[in-house]
Formats: sequence, structure tokens, C-alpha cells
Amino acid sequence: MAVVDRSATHRVGTALRYAALIVATILFLIPFYLLLRNALMANTDYSSPTWHWLPPSIHLENLTNLFADPNLHFARAMWNSTFIAVTQTIGVLIISGLAGYGLARIPYRWSNAVFYTITATLLIPAAVTFVPSFVLVSSLGWISTLRGLIIPGLFQALATFLFRQFFLSFPKEIEEAAFLDGLGYFGTFWRIVVPNSLGFAAAIGTITFIGSWNAFLWPLVIGRDAESWTVQIALSTFVTAQSANYAQLFMGALVAIAPLLLMFLFLQRWIVAGVERTGIAGD
Amino acid sequence: MTTHAEHPATTGPRVGRSLGARLRGRQNQNLWFWVFVGPFVAGLVLFIYVPILWSLYLSFFSAYNTVTPTEFVGLDNYIGMLKDPSFRSSLWTFIVFAAFIVPATWALSLGTAIMVNRTRVAQAFFRSVFFIPTACSYVVASLIWKMSIFSGSSTGMLNQALKAMGSDPVLWLSVTDPPWYWLVIVSVRIWLQLGFYMILFIAGLQRISPTLYEAAAIDGATGWQQFRYVTLPLLRPTSTAVILLLIINAFQAFDEFFNILSTMGNYPPYARPPLVYLYYIALGSGQDFGNGSAGAVILTLVIALVAIVQGRIMRLGKED
Repeated sequence: MAVVDRSATHRVGTALRYAALIVATILFLIPFYLLLRNALMANTDYSSPTWHWLPPSIHLENLTNLFADPNLHFARAMWNSTFIAVTQTIGVLIISGLAGYGLARIPYRWSNAVFYTITATLLIPAAVTFVPSFVLVSSLGWISTLRGLIIPGLFQALATFLFRQFFLSFPKEIEEAAFLDGLGYFGTFWRIVVPNSLGFAAAIGTITFIGSWNAFLWPLVIGRDAESWTVQIALSTFVTAQSANYAQLFMGALVAIAPLLLMFLFLQRWIVAGVERTGIAGD
Repeated sequence: MTTHAEHPATTGPRVGRSLGARLRGRQNQNLWFWVFVGPFVAGLVLFIYVPILWSLYLSFFSAYNTVTPTEFVGLDNYIGMLKDPSFRSSLWTFIVFAAFIVPATWALSLGTAIMVNRTRVAQAFFRSVFFIPTACSYVVASLIWKMSIFSGSSTGMLNQALKAMGSDPVLWLSVTDPPWYWLVIVSVRIWLQLGFYMILFIAGLQRISPTLYEAAAIDGATGWQQFRYVTLPLLRPTSTAVILLLIINAFQAFDEFFNILSTMGNYPPYARPPLVYLYYIALGSGQDFGNGSAGAVILTLVIALVAIVQGRIMRLGKED
């Protein structure tokens, strides 16, 4: 349209668009600015009645105090979150990748029935099942354990569905050639299909990692002891308990989002691909 | 899919084969199917189907603090839930919340997508600015919103701004008349989610062929007419998916309500969406799994109904 219309109204439109984008940008960055400002402030400056746009003095010891605070268990919480997010991501990729390939490529009489059994669970909103899942996990004795936090999240019907759709679009000729070379199902999958699916796996993997790192309801329900808190639960406990040292709490929040901000900086391409895939599943 | 079976040359010996030998033979498709799909299906049955069926069972029993109840109560839990004013008020809270968040997020993410998509200079920068909040958790965003933007005390940015303009500070979270807390709850979710839906809309916009806009421009269509008669109809599949996701996500809202509104372990009596209500019924001091399960079943039916109705409405609109 830009080709046709180069009139003055077009230029006014462009200027308005940039103005709107810049205002929106400022609004969207304010929370990040506040997070950084509060994390680097002295707690007394944070709670003083005078507003400071910039911290009057920088207090990096908020970071060391954060990890030293015996009530927060922050190092433990960071480790729990890392361990849970990494194992869930790897687990989902392996379990759903295999299942998606089997459903897409291995002929089986009841394949469709199995597929419908899986996709039916997509209709049930995951969060609504937290009561029944809690009942199951508590009877397994998995409350406040990493097992209880990780294992129920390994079986993602959406990931399996997306892998199946992806493998269906994979060029079949290559796999058939591998088959003729005597590779078998697993050999074909491992040596031919997997190396050619890394981009797709990265998209699903980054989205799974973000979801797992930011998960709140399930860790809240399962992580009863402070030892099993994820970083989200540790922060939440102090937000809702009106902690005394807010500057330190904001430093904790900054540390908690740092891994994902780094991911967004370096892996944004895969995250965007993951959003596009998972957002509109049947597209 | 019969191609594989047409090449039996490498099939192993057929008599008295061990599992290993059977797996080497490519004919054993049934076995291979379960090697690939089995782990997922086993987990799905154990962690999704068993809990749901168990919960269905529990919903017909009186089950306080126990998951192996003995007292059958029939439909009493269901009737009790539907009669409970706080359960009905939680559904009302969802409706109010959805009435704000669904149209607002839809319009703002579509608007941002169109603006970012048209921008040539610094497009990647603007896209990242709106997308990066999706990296934040609800807990972190709630902390910033509750303690730093909408705080009732002098640490709150908005109250500082009001003070600078000579107005009195507002207790954003604790007054119910007017219900300012909705502004807090809705704005935090928009900030967190907008980028996600913007990406979906940008992907949709990029699938629209530029020749359609050129043709519309040649026919003298204004910018608004291009939006109304080209962009909007061709984005319908994306819009349908986005609206459904927005409704389902609004229905499952928990994190920001819990983190922003509860203080010292106490949640105020207002603004309890369904999952917050369910959380306090089933996992609070009562541990009432019977009523909690009945509530979960009712909520699942409600969301299924919403999805079906929304699908119908969007399809009806398409036939116009």
C-alpha cells in the first residue's frame, strides 16, 4: 500500500504510528525499570516517602544478602527451578517426540483410537485438573518431592500432537531410503529424523522450559516444605507475607527472570516459532 | 503406509524369536508402535485419566481429608456447589474478568501487531519490547504491580504521580467501591500476555498476500476500509483461536489473583475466580475433596460449553 499512497496523510499516519509505538514502548518498559531500580536500591530508600527516579546509591549487596538469607532458601529454590525446568524440557522432548513419531509413521490398527484418546485430553483445561492430580500425587506420597513436581508434567498432549503434525509433514522419501538401508524404526528415527528436527524441537523445548520455569499453581500445591519450593513459590511466599526487605525481594525477582531474559535475547527465534506452533495448534 | 511391509527381505527368523530379535524385524509394527507411543500413553493414563476418573468418583462422596471415602452422598456435592453463593460468585468473577480481558487483549494485541508489522525502522526492537514481558512469571509481575506501581503507600508509582498532581492517594487493592483492583488485575495480564498474541497476529498478517492490499488501494479503499474488508476477514482463523485461548486462559486465572490480592495468608472475600475458590475449598484448611472434585467437574463442563458456543458463534459469523 505504501507504493500507491505517498501523500501527506500517509506521512501523518506514519508519524502517528511511531508516536503510538514509542508511548507503548515506554509503558511496557516501566515495569522492568521499576524492577531494576528497586533491586539496586537500599531498602530504606525504597520505603522512604520521597520518590527517587534513580537509586540514590547502588546496593549490590542486595544480591549477596538474598542468597545469604536463611529464611528465603533462595539458592535452593533456584536449583529446584533449574532442575525441574531442565528435566521437564528434556523429558517432554523425548516422550512426546517418540510418541509423535510413532503416531505419525508406524502403521498400527488402533493408531487412530490412541490418537483420539490423547487429543481428548486437550479439551480439558489443565488447571482444572489440579484437584484430582493433587489427590493422586498425594496418595503416591509425592508431596513436597521433586518427583511430584516433575513427573506429572512430563506428559503433554499438546507437545505430542504438535510433534505428530510435524512428523507427518516430514518428507517420507528420506525415511523410506533409510528403511531400505536396513535402519529399522528406531535407527531411522534416531539417525535421520532427529537430526533434521532440531529446529522444531528447539521451538517446543524453549516453550516447555518457559512454562515450567514460570509455573505457579502446581508447585504451590505440591511444594509444601520450603526445601521443595521453586523460585516462584519462594518469591510468592514473601510477596504475600509482606516481607520486610523489599529491595532484596526485588533483587530476587530480578534473579528469577534473568535466565529467561537471557533465553529471550539469544533464542528469540525459537521462542517465536514455539509460540506460533503452540498458540494455534491446528493451523 | 503399506510401503514398509512390501520389503520383507531383512525380516529376521520367524520361529521362537526373543524380544530383541522381534524388535530387529521391521515387520513387528505393533511392538514398535508401543515402544514409541507406550511411555507417553502410560503417563497420560496414570496422570490424567486416573485422576479425572478418581475425581469423578470422589465427587459423589463426602471426602474430608481423605481420598478413600466411604460415605456415598449422591449428587449432594453438586447441589451444594451450585447452591453455594461463593461458588456462583466465582463464576460471576470469571465473567466480569473475561468481559474486560478478552476484548482488551484482543484489540491491543491486534493493534500492536498491525503497527509493528507495518514498521520498517526498528521493527525487531519494537517486537521484542512487546514480546519480552512474556518471559516474566505472574509472580514477578504481581510483585512489581502490587509493591511498586499500585502500592497504596508512598512506594507506589501511581500514588506518587497522584500526589504530584495534588490528589489523594488511592488504596488500589483494598477498596471495592469503585473496584480499582480490576485495573491492577487486568493491566498485569495485558502486560504479560500481549506479546504472545501479538506474535500470533503478526504470523497471521504475514500470511495475507500483499497483492490484496494493492488491489484494494487501486480500488480506492481507505486505510480503515482495507482493515475492515481485507485484514479482519482474512485474520478470522487467527482471531478465533486467539479469542478461545483468551477465554480458556481467563477461566484458569489464578496466579495474579493469588499473588496480588492475598496478604499474610488471607484472601479477601471479593474477586475470587473459580480456581482460587477451588484452591481454598480443596486444599485450604478444609481439604474437602468431595466438593472440590464436584467443583472441578462443573468447571470442566462450563469451559467445554464455552468452547462449543464460541466455536458456533465464530462459525455463524463466517457464513455472513
